[in-house]
Amino acid sequence: MRTLLRPALVALLVLSLITGVVYPAAITGVSAVLFPREAGGSRLLAGDTLLGSALIGQGFTEPGYFWSRPSATGPVAYNGAVSGGSNLGPSNPALHEAIAARVAALRAADPGRTDPVPVDLVTASGSGLDPHITPAAAAYQVPRVSRARGVSEDSVRTLVAGSTEGRQFGVLGEPRVNVLRLNLALDGLTPAP
Amino acid sequence: MTANAWLQLALYMGVLLALVKPLGGFMARVYEGEPHLLARWVGPLERFCYRLLGVDATEEMTWQRYAMALLLFSGCGFLAVYLLQRTQGMLPLNPAGMAAVPPAVAFNTAVSFVSNTNWQAYGGEATLSYLTQALGLTVQNFVSAATGMAVLVALARGISRHETAKLGSFWTDLVRGTLYILLPLSTVLALLLVSQGVVQSLEPYQTATLLEAAGPDSARVTTQVLPMGPAASQIAIKQLGTNGGGFFNVNSAHPFENPTPFSNFLQLLSILLIPAALCYTFGQLVRDTRQGWTLLAAMTVVFTALLLPTVLAEQAGSPPILAAGVDQAAGPLQAGGNMEGKEVRFGVTSSALWAIATTAASNGSVNAMHDSFSPLGGLFPMWLMQLGEIIYGGVGSGLYGMLLFAIVTVFIAGLMVGRTPEYLGKKIEAYEMKMASLAILIPNLLVLICTAVAVSTASGRASVFNPGPHGFSEILYAFSSMANNNGSAFGGLGAGTTFYAVLGGVAMWLGRFWVLIPTLAVAGSLARKKRVPVGSGTLPTHTPLFVVLLIGTIVLVGALTHLPGLALGPIVEHLQLFAR
Repeated sequence: MRTLLRPALVALLVLSLITGVVYPAAITGVSAVLFPREAGGSRLLAGDTLLGSALIGQGFTEPGYFWSRPSATGPVAYNGAVSGGSNLGPSNPALHEAIAARVAALRAADPGRTDPVPVDLVTASGSGLDPHITPAAAAYQVPRVSRARGVSEDSVRTLVAGSTEGRQFGVLGEPRVNVLRLNLALDGLTPAP
Repeated sequence: MTANAWLQLALYMGVLLALVKPLGGFMARVYEGEPHLLARWVGPLERFCYRLLGVDATEEMTWQRYAMALLLFSGCGFLAVYLLQRTQGMLPLNPAGMAAVPPAVAFNTAVSFVSNTNWQAYGGEATLSYLTQALGLTVQNFVSAATGMAVLVALARGISRHETAKLGSFWTDLVRGTLYILLPLSTVLALLLVSQGVVQSLEPYQTATLLEAAGPDSARVTTQVLPMGPAASQIAIKQLGTNGGGFFNVNSAHPFENPTPFSNFLQLLSILLIPAALCYTFGQLVRDTRQGWTLLAAMTVVFTALLLPTVLAEQAGSPPILAAGVDQAAGPLQAGGNMEGKEVRFGVTSSALWAIATTAASNGSVNAMHDSFSPLGGLFPMWLMQLGEIIYGGVGSGLYGMLLFAIVTVFIAGLMVGRTPEYLGKKIEAYEMKMASLAILIPNLLVLICTAVAVSTASGRASVFNPGPHGFSEILYAFSSMANNNGSAFGGLGAGTTFYAVLGGVAMWLGRFWVLIPTLAVAGSLARKKRVPVGSGTLPTHTPLFVVLLIGTIVLVGALTHLPGLALGPIVEHLQLFAR
């Protein structure tokens, strides 16, 4: 056993050095050269002000902004410091109540609407930081946003189209709209509400 | 299922199976010590490692010595990860100022990473320093995976050799697996992931100004923290090594861990890549590649059969949500389905595929919250873990688990026709059967006993988050995951309590090493045997008939053991939800 203890300890040290120090350091170094923007979190900047990340969603409640998906992070929605989903089970009454309340809130902000609400707009994402909504959820919100901002629905739809990504390579994933980018574009069209 | 869903699933299976032969053949050359592509560049480093270790690379070991080396190495790894967590507050590379991890959680996490489980009783971005992540967890991601592959290779040698006690050297198998297989693949994958937006930075967390302030007027929040860290390098190996422990709390659902559908595809592919390719490696090592393809075929059949109903279950939506005035139907503008706990960029198809792949392999990373899956969508992943993580399974551990089932299968077939069972030219006798039975029964026993203990104690029930049968599913899922070294969770369960941290830690340790040691014992016993020539009474183990027999054995053991438990959890929940 003594003859095995030394190799065991040394193997752990040597492999720790290679895989725990050299490897991450090399990846960090090469990434900083090849993909500096991506490695640093795909930041959105206005001058020196950090507005957020193109990959991390933010919460919106004003009628003049497109709303992101519900977020289960605490203590506030879209808390980047602690990601998390609701973990509510499919049969949990708390889930059904939360969804009914979100449907009611969307309809209260847009009186007269009775059409079904796209599912992603009333369900909490897995990360609590989902930057996207579906094109259906964006289309659902166009009338409210255009009324609140006093601009035509067509000009809002043009902005939505500009923030929409299709399936990657035409196959992978699902079509999606980046909410933060879209709302920043809206603020470029008319002043923030 | 939509046309695009079929296309995505077919593309995934196609690319995966196309890579089996090239990668599998390469890995066989690595373990056989034959010349290969990387030997010229990495060879000097390999030899330098042996010099530091003070070992002779050609000195082979008996199964007992092989097991002892492996246990000592894993024990040292356990201590290192535990101590790193307990002292991280005093160590460098801790820009967020993380304090020492409490003892129970540190114990659980150390066992978790050494046993290739990567159950997370902690939240990455809120608990661990960069140093602990890199030097503790990333290292174990590599070496626990290399350890699993080493045991598989030792078993293959036990089958292919005869009348010898030697199974190879643990040190060379460990070093070669790490340097030639895991490290190069991880490097390529990590850089591809960074190109998609996975963060890889040693900067401290960044603070952004929110476009619209959040929270009530009394506690206005105007900024958002953007977490940073050397994530891509760890994520690459956590996928490739069937580890699964995320850099961030929500694992690959986090947009910084898995930002695009392409990063998702790459990570998905990495889950099953090495486990599937090892089937071909095994075929080469025992000098009959048909044997490897047969095992791969059995795995692929079970995988596909459980994948399709999971996608359908997630796409179906749920009656109470429909009644609330919600559109869950797939259409041109949305994929629809059950979106609670899922990300828009992945939708139901990629999320369901991930859930099945991550539980078929003992990976355990997630890109959606399994706790919020539909009852049946959660049942199939749970059952895949309970089958023993052998449908592709963990790197190395999946295939050696499958080989134990192959041994049981030839034994059962032998009983049916009254012949002495043989597998690949070796007689299967009482000793092999005892060891194979131990390795198959121990994880199953652990799942059932630990679940029973948890539901009958107050401290076990206190962690349950969801009411009704789903709460029972949370406990059953937790121990199915830990005892089989998967690591995924129904995340609502409060797994950070001392009860779950300690009981789960013990389950993970036993689930790993009480399977691995009997496997090495089988390898040692088979190596000593004479080779028996193929006769008219030999059951061929490379035929469709054997695939059917093998699947039958797996399903029989898995169904008899776990259907009662599953009936109390997801099946009852499904009936309740859809009977309304």
